[in-house]
Amino acid sequence: MTVFDIKNFSVFYGPKEAVKSVSLKIKKNKVTAVIGPSGCGKSTFLRSLNRMNDFIPNLTTKGEIFFFKENIQKTNPVDLRRKIGMVFQRPNPFPKSIYKNIIWGPKINGYKCNWDELVETSLQKTGLWDEVKDRLNDSALNLSGGQQQRLCIARAIAMNPDVILMDEPCSALDPAATARIEDLIEELSQNYTILIVTHNMQQAARVSEETAFFYNGQLIEFGATKDLFTKPKEKRTEDYITGRFG
Amino acid sequence: MNFSWRYQKNSLFKLFTLLAALFSLIALTTLLVHILHEGWQYLSPQLLKNFPSRFPHKAGIYPAIMGSLWLMILTFFIAVPLGLLSALYIEEYLPKGKWKSLIMVNIKNLSSMPSIIYGLLGLAIFIHTLGFDHSLLSGALTLSLLILPMIIITATEAIRAVPKSLRMASFALGAEKHQVVFLQVLPAALPGILTGIILSLSRAIGETAPLIVIGAATYISFTPESIMDPFTVIPLQIYSWTSRPQAEFHHLAASAIIVLMILLFSLNLLAVFIRNHFQKYKSRL
Repeated sequence: MTVFDIKNFSVFYGPKEAVKSVSLKIKKNKVTAVIGPSGCGKSTFLRSLNRMNDFIPNLTTKGEIFFFKENIQKTNPVDLRRKIGMVFQRPNPFPKSIYKNIIWGPKINGYKCNWDELVETSLQKTGLWDEVKDRLNDSALNLSGGQQQRLCIARAIAMNPDVILMDEPCSALDPAATARIEDLIEELSQNYTILIVTHNMQQAARVSEETAFFYNGQLIEFGATKDLFTKPKEKRTEDYITGRFG
Repeated sequence: MNFSWRYQKNSLFKLFTLLAALFSLIALTTLLVHILHEGWQYLSPQLLKNFPSRFPHKAGIYPAIMGSLWLMILTFFIAVPLGLLSALYIEEYLPKGKWKSLIMVNIKNLSSMPSIIYGLLGLAIFIHTLGFDHSLLSGALTLSLLILPMIIITATEAIRAVPKSLRMASFALGAEKHQVVFLQVLPAALPGILTGIILSLSRAIGETAPLIVIGAATYISFTPESIMDPFTVIPLQIYSWTSRPQAEFHHLAASAIIVLMILLFSLNLLAVFIRNHFQKYKSRL
């Protein structure tokens, strides 16, 4: 089943074309990695999917993105973001307690449920429960970087989204914390569709089932991760994954 | 490379900064000691309880204290909502550009205008045009105008200091703009905003010039009962006593200054307390 159907989608910063007529289909409950050198438009592309680019002035788009058959340019972005969670490059927990970090999203969207239960299941899914269950009312900012990032994932999960977008979620973390997040991504992929932008090719190879290689705003190659890394069809993909540039 | 000169320059610079700090410290201490010396003998419960009188041993600042408190509370309720909402509009809704910079430059100019000009403005608008007379309301409105720019500036700075990542995280969870503004940005900016409000209020409490212009009373034998009543404030009482020829009144003025300083000091202490209280979710690192 297709979650995102992207058709000839382009993004312009003013006159500069940052994403050039990209077309691809993202499948449900799979981990799709988006790789490419810095400035290739992969983050811009990711932010287009939940319309976080709306906040950037002078940004225009062309083409269409369908989210479960719904044209996202014609839906209310707020509704869209309820169904599409996002994890950012740097952990950005709210300056509130751990407990309030989890329930904030569902609460402001008027969801009704048992908050204690929601906090426990969300934290359990991210493996954070045992570490923080005794200090749920402590500030989230006192957690370590890796814990903060897992809290941000738990916060996104609490909204029960269909998709989780991750924009280089490990770039601010040490190797141990990175490994934990990667394990977590694998577990979560059973229930969620995950898109992860990364500049770490090993990471893409480890966690994803499908990979899209972006270069200079263009989608160069898209396919099953093991094919793309072992027998790339394009010369530029091969050059990039073998470390000849980027 | 000869390093000894660099080390000497370093110590020399340190010495200069120390001297500058000492200078202001000594000036302030001298002032404080002088006031305490002048005023401590007149500091008594009578001073706080009594009405002004032409006999120094009977004179007190009760109506002035009440006037100052009334004025502070009224000014708070007028200036804070106006200032806070203006700051939110400027930071959160007004698009960046010519208009915004024009508005900010003007507000910054207004904040450094002499307070007497606000007095004249208050006189023209609240007294002559709107007919509020020499009342508490006129005084509070005038002082509100005076401190509005300060509140707006400190509030916009506090709001701007809220990291963008906090807003993005909130929007990504499906929050509407007003929810992001009121439930995330405002609480995060609150310590800074409150500090600005309290410091502005303590400035308002110490003001004399604009209140003289709008005709606040210097001699008054009752406390205000409503916002349309005439009033006096502590700085005005001090001003009126210092302009009397008798030495006793100068001592009285000094003791009133001590009362005013205690009031200001408590307000500033409150500002520190509030800031620490609301920062409990800040990282301990």
